[in-house]
Amino acid sequence: MFGRKRKVDDFCEEIDAHLQFEFERQLGLGLTEEEAWAAARRAFGNVMQAKERFYESGRWLWWDHLRQDVRCGARMLRKSPGFAVIAILTLAIGIGANTALFSVVNGVLLNPLPYAEPDRLVALFTKGAQFDKFSISYPNFLDWSRENHSFSSLAAFRGDTFIMTGMGEPERVDANMVSATFFPLLGVNPMIGRNFEGKEDQLGAARVALITEGLWKRKFGSALDIAGKSIWLDGNLYTITGVIPATFHYQNENYHSKAEVYVPLGQWNNPLFRDRDTGMGMDAVGRLKPGVSFAQANSDMSGVANHLAEVYPDIDKGKGITLVPLKENLVGDIQPFLLMLLATVGFVLLIACVNVANLLLARSTGRNREFAIRNALGASNGRIVRQLLTECVLLALLGGALGTLLAAWGTKAALKLLPEALPRSNEIQLDARVLLFTLGASVLAGILFGLVPAFKSARSDIQGTLRESGRGLTGARHRTQSAFVAMEMALAVVLLVAAGLMIRSIGKIWMVDPGFDPNNVAFFSFSTAQPLGATPDAIRQSYRRIHDAIAAVPGVESVSISGASTPMYTDSELPFWLEGEAKPMSQADMKLALFFAIQPDYLKVMKIPLKRGRFLTPSDTSGSPVVTVIDERFAKQAFGNEDPIGKHIHFAILNQTAEVVGIVGHQNQWGLDSDSTSAIQAQCYFPIEQMPDSLLSAFDRGANGMVRTSYAQTDVAPSLSRSLQTVSSDSVVYDVQSMNGIISDSLATKRFAMSLLAVFAVLAIVLSSIGIYGVISYVVGQRTHEIGVRMALGAERSTVVTMVLRQAGQMAVFGVVAGLLTAAVLGRLMASMLFGVSFYDALTFSTVAAILLGVALLACWIPAHRASRVEPVVALHYE
Amino acid sequence: MSTQNDEEKLELLQGTLDLLILRTLIFGPQHGQGIARAIQETSDEELLVEHGALYPALQRLEERGWISAKWGTSSNNRKARFYTLTAAGHKQLGKETTKWRRLAKAIGRILGSEPVGG
Repeated sequence: MFGRKRKVDDFCEEIDAHLQFEFERQLGLGLTEEEAWAAARRAFGNVMQAKERFYESGRWLWWDHLRQDVRCGARMLRKSPGFAVIAILTLAIGIGANTALFSVVNGVLLNPLPYAEPDRLVALFTKGAQFDKFSISYPNFLDWSRENHSFSSLAAFRGDTFIMTGMGEPERVDANMVSATFFPLLGVNPMIGRNFEGKEDQLGAARVALITEGLWKRKFGSALDIAGKSIWLDGNLYTITGVIPATFHYQNENYHSKAEVYVPLGQWNNPLFRDRDTGMGMDAVGRLKPGVSFAQANSDMSGVANHLAEVYPDIDKGKGITLVPLKENLVGDIQPFLLMLLATVGFVLLIACVNVANLLLARSTGRNREFAIRNALGASNGRIVRQLLTECVLLALLGGALGTLLAAWGTKAALKLLPEALPRSNEIQLDARVLLFTLGASVLAGILFGLVPAFKSARSDIQGTLRESGRGLTGARHRTQSAFVAMEMALAVVLLVAAGLMIRSIGKIWMVDPGFDPNNVAFFSFSTAQPLGATPDAIRQSYRRIHDAIAAVPGVESVSISGASTPMYTDSELPFWLEGEAKPMSQADMKLALFFAIQPDYLKVMKIPLKRGRFLTPSDTSGSPVVTVIDERFAKQAFGNEDPIGKHIHFAILNQTAEVVGIVGHQNQWGLDSDSTSAIQAQCYFPIEQMPDSLLSAFDRGANGMVRTSYAQTDVAPSLSRSLQTVSSDSVVYDVQSMNGIISDSLATKRFAMSLLAVFAVLAIVLSSIGIYGVISYVVGQRTHEIGVRMALGAERSTVVTMVLRQAGQMAVFGVVAGLLTAAVLGRLMASMLFGVSFYDALTFSTVAAILLGVALLACWIPAHRASRVEPVVALHYE
Repeated sequence: MSTQNDEEKLELLQGTLDLLILRTLIFGPQHGQGIARAIQETSDEELLVEHGALYPALQRLEERGWISAKWGTSSNNRKARFYTLTAAGHKQLGKETTKWRRLAKAIGRILGSEPVGG
């Protein structure tokens, strides 16, 4: 492919033929053989020069040189395998870590979403007074679709669950109710069958469903005639219209990413769903019309919102529409974390480069003679630099290849460890762009760490070097090395500070009191195929029976069915106004409180402190006055210093007025690190018994629950399931999680960042201590002679140790100080990710300084000790 | 010795070697040594052609597409690389010849007529 047009051998052959012809001609003229040869050569001129000229005129001269350099480089590496292995491993770690992280950045941030024209997709939400991303009510959604001029289509969706029966054991499946436009909008076609049609997306239409490839394989044996077959969901028969391929993934608020079934949203006959005032956990996605910009769509939709506010002032006044580009909605939160991690992992590679550069510098002492000889034989400086750089790039490419393997393995392991931390994690892979990045990083790294040693080698004084037999210029060289080590230490300090700040933040977060006792508490969900009761009273009775059945399980201390909010997991809000206040014009003008529909034992399950009055009791029933218990923040926010007990509060949606009978402590709802800064803090508790009939129908096929056990539960699901089945035979328990697990999942992103930073910081320490060890060893080796002289003149061993350590100490102190200064400047960038510590946290800074100085001293101890044991006689005989 | 002493021979002017090679090849394919000999003999041994210098010129001409080369067998059954004039080469030869004649004439005019018995 890259061969020259004509081979050198071919040319030589031609010249030989020429000489032969001339020789024969001269013979013919009567010369002796010897004379004839001489004449032929004379006529030709300089044969060697002709060949050289031909060679150098070749177009691929650089390629020949490169091949030569690569061959030569490979030979040098083979000749010093110890150096090669250390350098390649160091680079593999540096490049591997970068490749791994870049593959994450690439998969999550850079790659377009896997849909048709993904840049034109926009996520839509209701904008409320306190929330930008509020659930959309279905009537409003229909009006948005009708009235907008910016979207070629809008699709709404909400996650739900069904109990699937008729195929073995009853099974709970995650489902999404989606508009008929949902799949066509995203550009997704069923692999078998068809998408929903518009007429199926309406009340009263025949029940149809799409299933995923996974369910199709699992339950239908991949039958090709699947379209038209039936599936039982929640006791109703649905006709399957098609199969959605397993390659389809979608993530959004209120969307079940693990759904296996899709049904048309418009068929849902829940009366609350048709209430303009109620968002039933539904969001939307839209595709911008060609030529319509995001800003245009934004202003168009605010026009739509204003119009709805005019038409339905009591409901839609003060509500807006939030538009977010779909990709930003998905990955916007993770972006700063990933970019910070990418920057820090770049530091690791820099440290690796500095380390290898140092190794090269130390080694080039031995090779100075080689280069001096080459130089003397006529190689230009440029040619020598090029050869050294080729060697370095070769080294880096080998490191990169090994690093890619490490990265492939490491990424998989990291994602398995913390799957909750990243959106789009299924899209992370080593694709062409990642490999190109790795190649680029390797070549760049090779040039970076090779440049300084190469120029130093090429510039060295030939005569001096040859005379000194390879010992020359050591002073200048170890100055460079020391500077390198200081730089390495500085980089390590920056990484260590970042990791330290993150660890301190997470420690502080863990120390935040959640307001409840999560130990031995499990969350669970259950649902049933058949309604729990035909009438509201029958449903209430079922919930009482479920409570008693679970409470009777051995090991269960207390249990409460719970609807609406769950701390750190789900949230549901109620608009309210106080008795004596004028009713606000619209819901948007009302304040919001977090809404917990629970049973009286909830207080015991969560161990929330009762501050005043009483908690809800079994005697608060549908026949007794409606009561509520509020938390301290509600009390303070709504009543200030007045006593709230006995006061009445009006709640919209419930359409009830409740009397406050007690005050409890505040539960952390929004996550340990962000609860205190969240907009909605007030919390109120209602007994499920007193839920109005309209709302109770939303609970008729299951709810959530919280259970406290007497021992750390390993698997409470089977016993929960058994006891539930005594009440409802087709019930299924799912999503069982410990409260501690829910809390740590809420910190997944931060823990992911912390773990990676810690790994990077450890790598940085290891690499830089190897670096400082290498340089001090080298310097001690160079000074053996001098040390011998000093000791012969009576220097103590301890003096020698001190002398070596002082030299190392200078490097280390300089590096640490530079690092701390850099960290103080760069720390600002991660301020938003910290909790409870400032980015110039003194404790972190001083700890990091101490650790690095300690590690540096330790790394120097061995060479210093070796120096002190130099025998003067041996040292003086050296050379 | 049948050959003239090398010192008395004329050195080639810059650029003329290409012209001479093309001109020589008008009589048919020829190998490198043949071309060198032909130039020397046709010029009555007046010109000094260093055979080695021939090859960069041949290479240049080949790259420009004025001649093509192929390994073949010589009259005495030896392997040799034969050069052939291409159509483009023919055209180039015409141009170069005209140019050279004009140049020679102009220089001749400046130098005046040849002294008798010179």
